[in-house]
Amino acid sequence: MLSQKHLLGLENVKKSDIELLLDTAESFKEIMDRDVKKVPTLRGKSIVNLFYEPSTRTRTSFELAGKYLSADTINFTSSASSVRKGESLKDTAKTLEMMGVDAVIIRHSSSGAASYLTRHVSASVINAGDGTHEHPTQALLDMLTVRERKGTLSGLKVAIIGDILHSRVARSNIFGFTKMGSEVYVAGPSTLMLPDIEQTGAKLAETIEEAVKDADVVIALRIQLERQQKALFPTIREYARLFGLNRDKLALARPDALLLHPGPVNRGIELTSEIIDGPQSVINQQVRSGVAVRMSVLYHLIGGSR
Amino acid sequence: MMKTLLKGARLLDPGQNFDAIMDILIVDGKIAEIKPDINISDTEIIDLSGKLATPGLIDMHVHFRDPGYEYKEDIESGSMSAAAGGFTAVACMPNTNPPLDNSSLIEYVKSKASKVGKVKVLPIGCVTKGQKGEEITEMGDMARAGAVAFSDDGKPVASASLMRKAMVYAAMFDRLIIDHCEDPSLFEGGQINEGRVSTLLGLMGIPSACEEIMVARDILLAREMKTPVHIAHISTRGSVELVRWAKREGVKVSCEVTPHHLTLTEEAVMDYDTNAKVNPPLRTKEDLEALLEGLKDGTVDAIATDHAPHHIDEKDLEFDKAAFGLIGLETALGVILTKVVGENGIPLNTVIEKMTVGPAKVLGLDMGTLKVGGPADITVIDLEREWTVDKDKFFSKGRNTPFHGFKLKGKAVMTIVDGKSAYSEM
Repeated sequence: MLSQKHLLGLENVKKSDIELLLDTAESFKEIMDRDVKKVPTLRGKSIVNLFYEPSTRTRTSFELAGKYLSADTINFTSSASSVRKGESLKDTAKTLEMMGVDAVIIRHSSSGAASYLTRHVSASVINAGDGTHEHPTQALLDMLTVRERKGTLSGLKVAIIGDILHSRVARSNIFGFTKMGSEVYVAGPSTLMLPDIEQTGAKLAETIEEAVKDADVVIALRIQLERQQKALFPTIREYARLFGLNRDKLALARPDALLLHPGPVNRGIELTSEIIDGPQSVINQQVRSGVAVRMSVLYHLIGGSR
Repeated sequence: MMKTLLKGARLLDPGQNFDAIMDILIVDGKIAEIKPDINISDTEIIDLSGKLATPGLIDMHVHFRDPGYEYKEDIESGSMSAAAGGFTAVACMPNTNPPLDNSSLIEYVKSKASKVGKVKVLPIGCVTKGQKGEEITEMGDMARAGAVAFSDDGKPVASASLMRKAMVYAAMFDRLIIDHCEDPSLFEGGQINEGRVSTLLGLMGIPSACEEIMVARDILLAREMKTPVHIAHISTRGSVELVRWAKREGVKVSCEVTPHHLTLTEEAVMDYDTNAKVNPPLRTKEDLEALLEGLKDGTVDAIATDHAPHHIDEKDLEFDKAAFGLIGLETALGVILTKVVGENGIPLNTVIEKMTVGPAKVLGLDMGTLKVGGPADITVIDLEREWTVDKDKFFSKGRNTPFHGFKLKGKAVMTIVDGKSAYSEM
C-alpha cells in the first residue's frame, strides 16, 4: 500500500513506494494487450483531468489509464471552461470538490500548483506537470521503460541532456533515478543549468560527451524553441550542433544504452532522426509505459487498497 | 495641565547611552523630567517596575496602501497596527494609487493620519512622477508639505542617470533617496532566492547580484556626488560588504534590514508558502549571518519592517501569481527580541538603537531619543512576556505573515505618543 494520498513529485516519495508503483505498472501492461481492455478495479470512481496547459499525450494517457480501470474520467481543459472566464484555481478546486471527484490530475504552468490544489480539495491530487517543478508520472514511466530492459535501476549511469533549468521532467527523473540507486549526470548549455544542482542528487558534467560516456541510459529533453529569444542560447543551429545528440555522441555511451525522450521531439535539434528511429531508441515504448504507470498511480491512490 | 508619571521603568535610550531605572514625568505631552524617584501627587501614576521603557520605536519603511488600496490596509488600520507593535512613528512608502508624487497627496496622508491620531505617520514621496522612472517629482514642494524622504520603492529607478539627478536634487532640501535596489533585467520572472530551494521547487531564482549591482551603483553615485543615499532592506552578504566598504570610504550611505531577513531563510518557502514570498527574497543562512554581523558592527543603521499588507485573495494563489510582501509591524519587536537578541546574542542596546535613534538619524529627524522638553513618545516593553503570534488577532488588515504560530518572548505593552496612550495592555 502506498504511503501517501497524493502524487505531487518524486522528491518526497519513498523508494519502496516507487518500487510498488513500478511493479504494479508492469502487471497492468498485460491488460493493455487484451482484446477487451477493461478491468473493473476503479468502477464507480471519478477522475478529472484538469489541464491548464495544452497537452495531448499526457492527458490522453491519463484518460485511457482511467478508462482501462473502469473509472469515469472527464476532461476539464483551460481553453473551453470557466478558467477562460477568469475563475481562480481555488474556486475551480472547490467546484470539483462539491462534485465529489476521487482524483484530480492537474497540469499547470505554475510550479507548486499541484501542492496548492491539495489545500483546497479532499480528493487525491496527481501532478501531471507543474511549471518547472516536477512531472512525476513521466519519470515513473521512464524508470519503468528502463527497468524492463535493464532488469534493475541500481548501478546504472543515467545522462540527462538539455534544458535542465526549465525541465520538470529532469527534476523528477533526477529524484527518481537517484533514489533507485542510479547515478545521474546532467549536461547542457550553462545558461540552462540549475543553480546548486548537486542539491538534487545529480552530478554536473562539464560536457555532453562526459555525461554520455559509458552511460546506460541517455534522456534527451525537449528544447523550447522560444528560449532562444531570451538569449539562453544563440541559435537553434548552434544548439543542435553542440548540445543535440547524434549517432557519434550516442556511440560514447555503452553499446546497449537506451535513448529516451519525453516527446514531442524536435527532430534534428535535440536528437537526429537516425537515432530517434535507431535501435537504441525506446521513445515509442515510453508511451506504452506511460499508460501502465498512470494506471498504477490511479490504482494505488484511489483504488480499493485505500 | 495633563500630568502622567511613569514610575520605576528601566529606561534604555541608546541615543544618549542611557540605561538605568528612572521615573519619567510627562506634562502636556512633553517630557518634563527624567529622574530617579520623582515624587509628586496630583498626577496619574503608571507603575512600570520590571518593564523596559525606550524612546518610541520608529519604523522607517511601511506600506499603508492609502490611498487606493484600502482593502489591503489604510492609514487607520496601519496606525493601529504600528501602535500595537510599539511604534510611535512610521514612514510610509508612496506606492499607493495614485502614488504620493505631489504635495497634495503628502498632505492627504498627513491630515488623515492626524485625524486618526494614533502614531506619527511620516510620508515618503515618489522619486519620479507616477513612479514611472521618467521625470523627477516636485521634491521641493513635497518636502515643504512634510515628505521626509523620497523613494520609488516597489518600482526601483532603473536609470542611473535619473537616480543621480534625483539624489542631488533631493539633497537641496535636506532629503535623501531611499532605494529599493533591484536590477530589473536580473529580476525578471524571479520568485524566490536563487539557490537550493529555487532548484528544488522549480521556481525562478532572484540572484544576489540583482540587488548588489544596484547597491554598488548607488554607492558610487553617492560618492561621486557627495550626497547621501539610503539602501532599503538589504538582504545579501554582498550588500553588507558593499555598504561596509562604502562607509569606510566616507560615502554617506546608510541601510536598513528587516526582521524577516534577520531571522528567516529561503527554507521558509519550502512548502510553497506564499506568506514567505517577499522581495527582496529570503536568502541563505550565510546571508542572514552577514546581516547580523552588519547589525553588530554598525554597518546597518536601522531595522525596518517593510510592512507590506496584502489581501488574502492576492496571497492564496499559485506561488508565481501571489503578491510579494509580508506584514511586520506587530511581530517585529517580538521577533527581534526573541531571535536576534535572545538566540543570536546581539545586544539589546543595539537593536533598540536600530529601532529608535538609528532611523531618526538616517532621516534627519529630531526623534528617537528622550529629552526634557521633547515630545513624550515612549514605548514600554515587557521583556519577559511570552506570546504566540496569531494572524487573526492583528490590527493590520493583512494576514500575510510567515511568523504565524511563532512563540515569542518580549512584547510592547504600552505605546505612548505625545504623552497619550496609543496602545496599552497595562
